[in-house]
Amino acid sequence: MSGEVYHEIIISGYGGQGVILNGSILGKAATIYDKINATLVQSYGPEARGGACSAHVIISEETISYPYVHNPHILISMSQEAYENNIDSLRDGGLLLTDTDLVKRRKNDERHVSYSIPATRMAEKLGNKMMANIVILGYLASLSDAVNAESLRNAVEKSVPKGTEEKNLKAFEKGYKRGEKQKSGTG
Amino acid sequence: MKKQGIKELNGMPGKHPLSDLLRDDRMPHIWCPGCDIGTIFASCLTAIHESNIDYNDFAVISGIGCSGRAAGYVKLDSFHTTHGRAIPFATGLKIAKPKMKIIVFSGDGDLFTIGGNHFIHAARRNMDLTIICVNNFTYGMTGGQVASSTPFKARTSTTPNGNFERPFNLAYMAAAAGAAYVARWTTLHVRRLTNSILEAFNKKGFSFVEVISSCPTSFGRKNKLGPPLHIIQHFHKISVIKNSIHPKDANLDIEKEIVVGKFVDIERPTFFDLWEEIYPPIREKRGE
Amino acid sequence: MEETEQFIMGDTACAEGAIACGCKFFAGYPITPATEVAERMAKRLPQVGGTYIQMEDEMASMAAILGASWGGLKSMTSTSGPGFSLMMENIGLGIIMEVPCVVVNVQRAGPSTGLPTLCAQGDMMQARWGSHGHYEIIALSASSPQELFDITIKAFNLSEKYRLPVLVLTDEVVGHMTEKVVIPPYDKIDVYPRRISTLPPEEYLPYVSDEDMVAPMVGVGEGYRIHSTGLTHDKRGYPVITAPVQKEMMDRLIYKIRNNVDDIVKYEEIEMADAEIVVIAYGISARPALKALEMARDRGIKCGMMKLITIWPFPEKRIKELAPQVRGFVVPEINYGQICLEVERCSAGKTEIVLVGHAGGAIFHPNEILEVISRL
Repeated sequence: MSGEVYHEIIISGYGGQGVILNGSILGKAATIYDKINATLVQSYGPEARGGACSAHVIISEETISYPYVHNPHILISMSQEAYENNIDSLRDGGLLLTDTDLVKRRKNDERHVSYSIPATRMAEKLGNKMMANIVILGYLASLSDAVNAESLRNAVEKSVPKGTEEKNLKAFEKGYKRGEKQKSGTG
Repeated sequence: MKKQGIKELNGMPGKHPLSDLLRDDRMPHIWCPGCDIGTIFASCLTAIHESNIDYNDFAVISGIGCSGRAAGYVKLDSFHTTHGRAIPFATGLKIAKPKMKIIVFSGDGDLFTIGGNHFIHAARRNMDLTIICVNNFTYGMTGGQVASSTPFKARTSTTPNGNFERPFNLAYMAAAAGAAYVARWTTLHVRRLTNSILEAFNKKGFSFVEVISSCPTSFGRKNKLGPPLHIIQHFHKISVIKNSIHPKDANLDIEKEIVVGKFVDIERPTFFDLWEEIYPPIREKRGE
Repeated sequence: MEETEQFIMGDTACAEGAIACGCKFFAGYPITPATEVAERMAKRLPQVGGTYIQMEDEMASMAAILGASWGGLKSMTSTSGPGFSLMMENIGLGIIMEVPCVVVNVQRAGPSTGLPTLCAQGDMMQARWGSHGHYEIIALSASSPQELFDITIKAFNLSEKYRLPVLVLTDEVVGHMTEKVVIPPYDKIDVYPRRISTLPPEEYLPYVSDEDMVAPMVGVGEGYRIHSTGLTHDKRGYPVITAPVQKEMMDRLIYKIRNNVDDIVKYEEIEMADAEIVVIAYGISARPALKALEMARDRGIKCGMMKLITIWPFPEKRIKELAPQVRGFVVPEINYGQICLEVERCSAGKTEIVLVGHAGGAIFHPNEILEVISRL
């Protein structure tokens, strides 16, 4: 039923980490720049203000009828709780991205393609740990074809607060480059 | 349109001196013989007449109840809304037509019991409205039930042994909520009342004129206040004019003392003043 | 201005639709999940010379938009369940005074406080009959942010054309879902202007209608010195408390809608040419229903879908027509059967009708609808 491009993504973490923003950036990259369809639904309520929080993104060439994600192709977890809550739903062969300092992964996970990224540490080095989410997006851009890396770059630029574009793009590039290295086995 | 002067018309048969402000085709009105609403309505129309403001720049909004029928008798743009909601309706109209004088003419039950929340918020916003409240201490139209303005121990059809609750002091409440202008008169003080309404029109911000009035048919009868004239004579006997007194001290005891006067007349930025302070460029965009 | 594409939330798209067709006044009260409509309006209205005011409650919000609309501004409010209940009083006033305005209900699950952050479609009958007395209403439904943008404009146009409050019914999922919305240049948007009488004040009567039973309005403060009341009134707008005048007024309030249903009612038909089973869906439920339809077709089931855009007046003509031709109607809705009752009424026993009900708090999975389609 699905066209060639079809990705279900869950981004999860705590409110305030930019989880929803990441969902929005992905959706924007897909729709506005890649010109295909995307939906974003988010957990809502007190959760979005400090508690567990998640964004469901579907990217598809075809019309998306059902916007919730039950078995994602890609899971990004930026907190232990978010990881525990979602890891079992990740499809076999699915891509898992976690923050090294925030998530302790289960051992011997053969089912998934997993990457641990010191995103918070990298963002801190760039001057603001609040950009960890953008580092992870850069990482994702290099490891997945869900959206075009250039589209994602554009969407980051258009979505972050005015005046922080340059810093955020730098964070994105850091993540992207590290992803590239890791992919080629040199990281 | 040339306004007819009241003096010129006096003595002319068949025509009411304020007929250019009245919907003649709606007469006779529904108010009971001896009811005071007509007196207050006439004061309001006289003030409109004397204001030298174009009649087309006025609108009258009413809620529900005997006093609420005023909107239907005045020959101006007028709206008879739902119970208690005259003020928010007027708020919307005022924002759409900021140059118009918007009068809310309604009763105590409408403005302060079911509509009390709207009243205090409009006062807080200092919304540029003139509120004229006929305070007859009861729900007249439905036959005289207890209201939030009914005096302690007064008898109504729903307090057969006397009211066991305490009433609001409307003037104090208006002042506390932020009204820029607060006055209280009785229906005996027609000249002062008319002047107050005139002042209220010209006051920038939320103006409140409370008029103590009788409802001989419902409230009067149940409380044995006697015929309408007796009630007015009673107002005469117990009213004390205390201008500029703090409204909390403006006693309202219909047996012993009714303190009347102009209690509040202050300058306070209105809703529109503050809007323009926060959104200055918008005004330029509007080209005003 | 050029066409723009934005990746925005349904609630935001709704507000953008209002701005795009010239809404200049919003009065509201915060309530999940409709708050984002108010937030967007608070930001956008001052940019276009309009006014946002946060009222003390929903009764006041509804009253204020009626006042502002009389004052000549395109006016809107938005709310959800509990607030919608409070607005009913003055929706009735808008009906009887015939005031153009738009009321958005981003539905959440009830009764009462229910599930504030989760979806439902439980207010469909409240939208129809929620204010007291008998009246006709127009209510539209949206299943995506783009549709929410589009039907908000449509709602404003219908409200001006037929002089009444028009309801936009959506739900928490559509309201909070983010998707691409194409915003056309404002000058390319069809805007139905207010019907203003050309008669001079001495000849004008506020409730004398045109041929389509809708009476043109006049501006407040322009010398017409009109009166309008929530009481039963005659052509002059004057209260007349008699049965004959009630009939005269009511006939007009009812038939200005009933006689124009063909102009008002809109729906989409999908794969209907050979359909034996027809899914009748609206709002968020139309999305999983569409997926279920595709899956059913893959299994060789001749399934079609009627997606309702206008909920009220109900598209009864088309359903009456379809009933004897199909094997059954499947009606998925996030309640225990509301629109389903209307489908049953219109079908008059001529076909089988199966409700796919839901208590609220989540949307249908396509499989839930597919299963019912397959059983029929």
